[in-house]
Amino acid sequence: MSEAVREVNGNLVVSLTGEIDLDRAPEARRLLLDCVKRSKDVLVDLSAVTYIDSSGIASLVEALQWAKQRGTDLCLVAVSPQALRVFELARLDKVFAIHPDLDAALAGEN
Amino acid sequence: MAAVAQETPTQTRTDDAVVRIQGLQAHYGARQVLHDIELTVAPGEIMVIMGGSGSGKSTLLRHLVGLMRPTAGSVELLGVDITRAPALEMQRLRRRIGVAFQGGALFSSMNVLDNIMLPLREHTQLDRQTMEIMARLKLEVVNLAGAEDLMPAELSGGMVKRAAVARAIVMDPALLFFDEPSAGLDPAVSSALDDLILKLREAMNMSIVVVTHELESAFKIADRITVLDQGRILTVDDVAGIRRSDNARIQNLLNRRAENAEVDAETYLRRLTGEAAPAGDPQAAGTKQDAGAV
Ligand SMILES: Nc1ncnc2c1ncn2[C@@H]1O[C@H](COP(=O)(O)OP(=O)(O)O)[C@@H](O)[C@H]1O
Ligand SMILES: [Mg+2]
Repeated sequence: MSEAVREVNGNLVVSLTGEIDLDRAPEARRLLLDCVKRSKDVLVDLSAVTYIDSSGIASLVEALQWAKQRGTDLCLVAVSPQALRVFELARLDKVFAIHPDLDAALAGEN
Repeated sequence: MAAVAQETPTQTRTDDAVVRIQGLQAHYGARQVLHDIELTVAPGEIMVIMGGSGSGKSTLLRHLVGLMRPTAGSVELLGVDITRAPALEMQRLRRRIGVAFQGGALFSSMNVLDNIMLPLREHTQLDRQTMEIMARLKLEVVNLAGAEDLMPAELSGGMVKRAAVARAIVMDPALLFFDEPSAGLDPAVSSALDDLILKLREAMNMSIVVVTHELESAFKIADRITVLDQGRILTVDDVAGIRRSDNARIQNLLNRRAENAEVDAETYLRRLTGEAAPAGDPQAAGTKQDAGAV
């Protein structure tokens, strides 16, 4: 997944893909935490994610917490309706900044 | 996707069924207690299994979750025949199934958070921090945030149920089984549990099988209802169909529900002594969030 990270206007854009489930969440977690460690603002692009379960969402929560501790931002881009319903169920829509697409997210950053 | 069952609620969809029971016979010793059971549950459907005391609801549920093996017939969950599947396939299947049993069945020696994390420890190799966050997310979902450090003995009846639900859904199961979710709870708490069941289906598109003898709860949550009578399926129909049924035995079940209702000793004693419901449940009084909407 290393090609999934690129730099745009000084931010790191991480693209997650496919199904983030119990099997793939550890990989996503490592990728997210590695990005946060670089002390830049992180945009997590979920537009290519077809399904994300609680283990994937937990990894996003942990990465957000790490970012806050470092004084950087982590926001989500293109959260699918399926994922959004799960976010709302646990009130996570109150915790994450969620943007409809990358342009909106980058505009929000500046 | 949650609307699948609304399209044709009384029509049996067998192509993509998440539960498919065929020709099931069950015995305790020589005595047959389930006869010729055929049952399917569609993706995203809430199927309620009803019936009077002794009609075979719990026995059917034990077969559905693999605690009992049928003397004949098959039980397929998510496409896997659990009466024949090899151990490895069963292990994979168990990650996709949640069970919330009567009484909660929490381990009394573990706090709430550890109880909820248990399936994750058993079935995954996730990082400890990921497991904790997953468990805390589910505590939020069942409206038990802040209870993670409590021991089961410190919980009210309604809180135990909700902790058991949190544990049952901690791995986002595709299929969830509930045994008597509202047994022994006062009406406000059991109604909140019904709302939670509906919310889980709505947000996570879970397929849910609920065993209950509470008619009101069944009518509120069910897409379809299977009525058991003396170990046989009397009918499978949607709520409207059950309500307007002129089958004498179904009418009997509807009308005699107060007499038939199983009641736990505590609730009955409360009723006899005229004690107000929440006060009869010492842990529920005042401080702990129990009756609140989930
Ligand atoms: N462990 C058991 N051993 C023998 N008979 C049982 C056992 N459990 C239930 N039964 C009998 O099987 C029938 C169905 O019981 P059960 O499945 O518990 O019904 P329900 O849950 O609808 O009340 C009843 O006649 C009951 O007495
Ligand atoms: Mg029973």
